[in-house]
Amino acid sequence: MILSIQQVVKRYADHTALAGVSLEIPKGQIFGLLGPNGAGKTSLIRIINQITAPDEGHVLFDGELLQPKHVEQIGYLPEERGLYKKMKVGDQLMYLAQLKGLSKAEAQSRLKDWFIRLDIKDWWYKPVDNLSKGMQQKTQFIATVVHEPKLLILDEPFSGFDPINANMLKDEILALKERGTTILFSTHRMESVEELCDSIALINHSQVVLTGEKEEVRNRFKQHAFEVSYSGELEESKAFDIISITPEKNKAVIKLTEPNQTNKAIAALIKQVDLFEFKEVIPSFNDIFIQVVAETK
Amino acid sequence: MNKILLVIQREYLTRIQKKSFWVASLLGPILITAIYAVPIWLATQDKEVKRIEILDESGLFQMSDLVDKEVEFKLVKKPVSDLKSSFTKEGYAAFVHLPKDLLTHSKDIKIYSEKNLSLPLKSSIERVIEKKVRAILMKDAGIASEVYEKTQIEVSSETITVSEKGDETSSSSGGAMILAGVMGMLLYVTLLLYGSQVMNGVIEEKSSRIIEVIISSIKPYQLMLGKILGVGMVGLTQFLLWIVLTIGLSQVASKFYSANPMQQKVEQIKKGDPEVAKKIEDASPMAEVTKVIESTNIPLMVGGFLFYFLFGYLLYSSLFAAIGSAVESAAEAQQFTFIVMLPIILAFIMAQFTLQDPDSPMAFWASMIPFTSPINMMVRLPYGVPMWELATSMILLVVGFLGCSWISARIYRVGILMYGKKITVKEMAKWLFYKG
Repeated sequence: MILSIQQVVKRYADHTALAGVSLEIPKGQIFGLLGPNGAGKTSLIRIINQITAPDEGHVLFDGELLQPKHVEQIGYLPEERGLYKKMKVGDQLMYLAQLKGLSKAEAQSRLKDWFIRLDIKDWWYKPVDNLSKGMQQKTQFIATVVHEPKLLILDEPFSGFDPINANMLKDEILALKERGTTILFSTHRMESVEELCDSIALINHSQVVLTGEKEEVRNRFKQHAFEVSYSGELEESKAFDIISITPEKNKAVIKLTEPNQTNKAIAALIKQVDLFEFKEVIPSFNDIFIQVVAETK
Repeated sequence: MNKILLVIQREYLTRIQKKSFWVASLLGPILITAIYAVPIWLATQDKEVKRIEILDESGLFQMSDLVDKEVEFKLVKKPVSDLKSSFTKEGYAAFVHLPKDLLTHSKDIKIYSEKNLSLPLKSSIERVIEKKVRAILMKDAGIASEVYEKTQIEVSSETITVSEKGDETSSSSGGAMILAGVMGMLLYVTLLLYGSQVMNGVIEEKSSRIIEVIISSIKPYQLMLGKILGVGMVGLTQFLLWIVLTIGLSQVASKFYSANPMQQKVEQIKKGDPEVAKKIEDASPMAEVTKVIESTNIPLMVGGFLFYFLFGYLLYSSLFAAIGSAVESAAEAQQFTFIVMLPIILAFIMAQFTLQDPDSPMAFWASMIPFTSPINMMVRLPYGVPMWELATSMILLVVGFLGCSWISARIYRVGILMYGKKITVKEMAKWLFYKG
């Protein structure tokens, strides 16, 4: 485990942001931290970044109690992000890289590599306020990863990215994962969760309400429902109920009366109709998110 | 520690790379030099001699009575109406009509001029006439002119400070006052200037939203400390530049001054007669300056100034940083900056009274309380301050700084992450007691 969050409580004057949150984040994964606005995601991220300290509980980083030295192994791209407007891109990145503990020479050589990699070689001497928003986002991304952190924390990384830059970012995230970086990825954009995450945790009302590997979570929310297309007359049987039906298209959604008795349902179906298609309905994370958030209100 | 150095470096370099820094660094010395060089220069310039015609109906004046270094007089006998039309054509600035009964009607003198007469010229004319009229009246009253001359004396004094041991130092109360005023003013301006620079730096980081990235690398107090020290070093650099450039410029200015023909004449006279030379030297404004320099403990002044600038700056800039952290824009900051500026302004107002009476109880307390002591102690210092008072004031200032920076750091670490909330002073007070 790269991160082990144990019974963390954080209270502010007028509310409790985290009420005993525990999470295990395995090494080398892309871990999605989900939750509606105000659920406590940012509070948790700030604690991991040691911007604030928990009132109770503790956080282990790579088996050790979280300490100031660990900031050099964490990269953080906050949701609200900015740069020094008057500074040149190169100076700015040198400064941020050195704050993360890189030596001057090391920072310089790594930054040069990144500038070549992202094809922005001639930006070094440009002041930030001459950059477009997309260019600033690239700069911010480099600042987040230049010190090759073990843990990368991205808070809504895709917000404000155009599709081209979003794609670039996605590729870079996957490349970093290949090299063994763990990525903690906070978002409420479910399509990127489906696409990128290995595991997820859902936080609502200051608590973890759902956690696990992506497929396993999905299985948990399976309704044992199937989409079928056929020709003939479809009627309910002992093996399944019809949830919805569109006769003109010869399509229907059925639900097994007993879980995991798929063959029984198929047998019942082929007695009634000519079966063309039989496909399990997989719940989307969007559905799961909405369902869980509604349940935990 | 290493990271604080990085912050200091960034704050320092980005500021001294700005054009405005160099403009201020160059303009300062030019202004300072100009303030004292221009009047000296003007004074040494050969003034254009004004020519004045005098129509003397009283018949009391001879050409020998009408001598003035800035005015050339000519006695004429023409009707007033002729003079009125001719004096400008003949190149006279004005003509003066003295009435027949000048001795009894000394206020009936009329001066005709084309343009409005300048005040110095008017008084030069009046002085010459007055001198003659007074001499005649004295003579009529039976007082010999020699007696009258003898009574025209000037009083001047030399001020000397005596220490308890009886050591005497020639002092200069005028000079001490100027020195005190200048140092107090300089502190006032720089405290405000650099304090608000710190505040604007904090606001910049917060409003550009880079703050969260930075404090995921270093602790908020490290960032605050680095910023304050970096800006402070910019201030010290600026002082250094001001001092070096002012000295350089004054050297150049004094070269011009001594190259002036009139000054050369004075030098010649000095060489010829040592007694006259001493008189000239005592009378010149430079003598006063030399006297101040001789009677001032320069290391104490410089050391005192640096100490009070540094700790006064640290105290106020930490408060400015706290305010910057609590707001989201410079406009929003205004209502709070007033709270911090009030004691500085108050200190400056008190300094005006301290300047008049440096040993009054108010001056004493003003130079003890950390918020007002930097300006007020610097104003008192040229007049001489007992060692124990100086030491107490310095210790109190350091304690005051530690207290303020503790309060500020606690407000700062909460404030920099607070967005979209209208902040009140009460709210800020609450932040003091927030945990980690």
